[in-house]
Amino acid sequence: MKSAVIVFPGSNRDNDVRLALADATGRDPTMVWHRDATLPEVDLIVVPGGFSYGDYLRCGAIAAHSPVLREVAERARRGVAVLGICNGFQILTEAGLLPGVLLRNANLKFVCREVGLRVETSQSLFTAGYATGQVLRIPVAHHDGNYFADDDTLDRLEERGQIAFRYCNADGVFGSEANPNGSARNIAGVFNETKTVLGLMPHPENAVDGLLGSTDGRGLFAGMVEALS
Amino acid sequence: MKARVHITLKSGVLDPQGRAIAHALEALGFDGVQDVRQGKYIELDIAETDPERARATVEAMCDKLLANTVIENYAVDLAD
Repeated sequence: MKSAVIVFPGSNRDNDVRLALADATGRDPTMVWHRDATLPEVDLIVVPGGFSYGDYLRCGAIAAHSPVLREVAERARRGVAVLGICNGFQILTEAGLLPGVLLRNANLKFVCREVGLRVETSQSLFTAGYATGQVLRIPVAHHDGNYFADDDTLDRLEERGQIAFRYCNADGVFGSEANPNGSARNIAGVFNETKTVLGLMPHPENAVDGLLGSTDGRGLFAGMVEALS
Repeated sequence: MKARVHITLKSGVLDPQGRAIAHALEALGFDGVQDVRQGKYIELDIAETDPERARATVEAMCDKLLANTVIENYAVDLAD
């Protein structure tokens, strides 16, 4: 599986995701600076976490309209897998590649801790390494992760199986106490209609090494390698 | 020509920052504040002199970048 990681001024999880991909695939991903004119032909494009362009205007808004993102959008339309993590998720919603928007956390606090995450479907190239209903421990670190979409959109996402992950407690139950940011219906990650684009707020790339706690993020990378190789 | 853009959250979109401001005002003794909604104000200086074309351009800017129309409304005022 060949992969590329897009790097913006202010990205800060780009190297974490590089290491996770290198570990899972045995080859380094291509790091693509936002001004680079060419994006190599790859099986997976990752838009990493961070604070692209200092979160100016709205989180992800400036990056979403950068030239490299136009190329990412074009590849996504051709069916190339695109994964947006945290700020990457914000960028993909701003670019219109994913539905909804990430608002300021409901309690106005930056939240940085491990959360429970329920895999809503294993039927995607991103989540094939997990079982449906499996409960993961994955860290979050964000100020603007409060997923919002109108009720019609949320109903449609549920009907079409476009919800990838929800915040939950250790038993896989999602209530408000398990919701770190006020997200609608505890949504932590969503797919596009064809399930070839995934955005999620938690950081699976920071849950791949036992020294740092959970290794529950490994399943995401292993699943993608299996599906895309 | 100057264009002034007011960007506001659509009704129904939770505004935790507005709520925090309302609480702070209450703590300062300002009674009767029923609701606070926080928005953005953007001032643009543009070369276009024709008001109609200027408005169309600034509205396009709002749709494309300045506002996220999933959650935000915008209003454009033009001034010489």
